[in-house]
Amino acid sequence: MKLSEIIKNLDIVVLNAANEDADITSAYASDLLSDVMGNAQAEELWITMQTHKNVAAIASLKDIPAVVLINNGKPDEDMLAHAKLENVAVLVTNLACYEFCAKLYNLINCEL
Amino acid sequence: MEFLFEIEGANFSVAGNASSTIKRALKQRDVDPAKIKRIVVALFEAEINVVAHADHGTIRVLIEDHQVQMFVKDFGPGIEDVKEAMREGYSTASNSVREMGFGAGMGLPNIKRNADVFEIESIKGLGTNAHIIIYL
Amino acid sequence: MLMNEIIKRIEARPVCGDVCSLRTDDFEFAFASDLMSDVLRLTYEKTMLVTGLCNVQTIRTAEMAEIKLIIICRGKKCDDQMFKIAKECDICLLETNYSVYRVCGELYSYGIKPLY
Ligand SMILES: Nc1ncnc2c1ncn2[C@@H]1O[C@H](COP(=O)(O)OP(=O)(O)OP(=O)(O)O)[C@@H](O)[C@H]1O
Ligand SMILES: [Mg+2]
Repeated sequence: MKLSEIIKNLDIVVLNAANEDADITSAYASDLLSDVMGNAQAEELWITMQTHKNVAAIASLKDIPAVVLINNGKPDEDMLAHAKLENVAVLVTNLACYEFCAKLYNLINCEL
Repeated sequence: MEFLFEIEGANFSVAGNASSTIKRALKQRDVDPAKIKRIVVALFEAEINVVAHADHGTIRVLIEDHQVQMFVKDFGPGIEDVKEAMREGYSTASNSVREMGFGAGMGLPNIKRNADVFEIESIKGLGTNAHIIIYL
Repeated sequence: MLMNEIIKRIEARPVCGDVCSLRTDDFEFAFASDLMSDVLRLTYEKTMLVTGLCNVQTIRTAEMAEIKLIIICRGKKCDDQMFKIAKECDICLLETNYSVYRVCGELYSYGIKPLY
């Protein structure tokens, strides 16, 4: 499913628009950066409550098109700046991790 | 009843042992489970903060008839701006602390939410003193 | 419904406690996080924790928060110290190779509600 469609279907605020045409088939929910470095796949959406600069850096390294900050997370200024520079979308939801994952999972897998 | 614990900075494998001991002691005294939970969550957060942020410290817990008092004192970097540190999401946790599952910036707000009285004083470069009271 | 059905669906291994005989009624809610102070915001008891954090602190946090079931994801393996504390505190542990994301998706389809 296209990132733009996911944004349309779920309650998401876009802080940095990018990669709206990316085709998302899965996501990785983690607040442990080493797990994301080790296990997240390219083209996955990254769901996290971490809001610091390393998040943008790792997303770009791993070819992750978009980061979703849960619990209404506010990215640190340097995270947002870095995400803009590296062309990583930054999205925010007021849902907690479980509910956001659940809704996204259902949305993506109903389509498949 | 009084308890004293020494807390070692950076030693995550035993972090939480003090809070666990207190939980058992409170259960034995038949304290209301909802109160126990508030007490041990506040204490655990304070204990973890010593392990995560300080060099070493002590915890003293006084279980009295009408209240539980916790004194958490540490030697370490201290907190520059306590008000800022109380803000949800504020964290200076190191990468290694984040990999241990901490650094959400929720610890101090959790203590505040659970405590009836929460006082915290800190001197930068010296250490931090917290006093937590929960009424029974 | 027995937890057994869910356990099969997420291909989980019960590694501590008698998880299979638990019923889903005991777990109306789920909460997912890798950061333990986030978990300690919880105020409701009938909650299972879905996490990728696999260390002693995961168990200690569940102890303080009165969480009785933890699903450890991402193929991580609990160690003996974790088992010891979990047994003392009467906490059940499941391990699965699935990601946190996938486990959340599956639990939701079984009607396990979000806590927040
Ligand atoms: N005992 C302490 N010594 C030095 N600094 C501390 C201490 N306790 C808290 N701090 C400072 O206050 C900040 C906020 O503390 P808080 O407990 O709310 O969050 P955290 O410890 O960073 O993450 P979390 O508690 O969510 O795992 C810390 O990041 C740290 O900068
Ligand atoms: Mg803390």
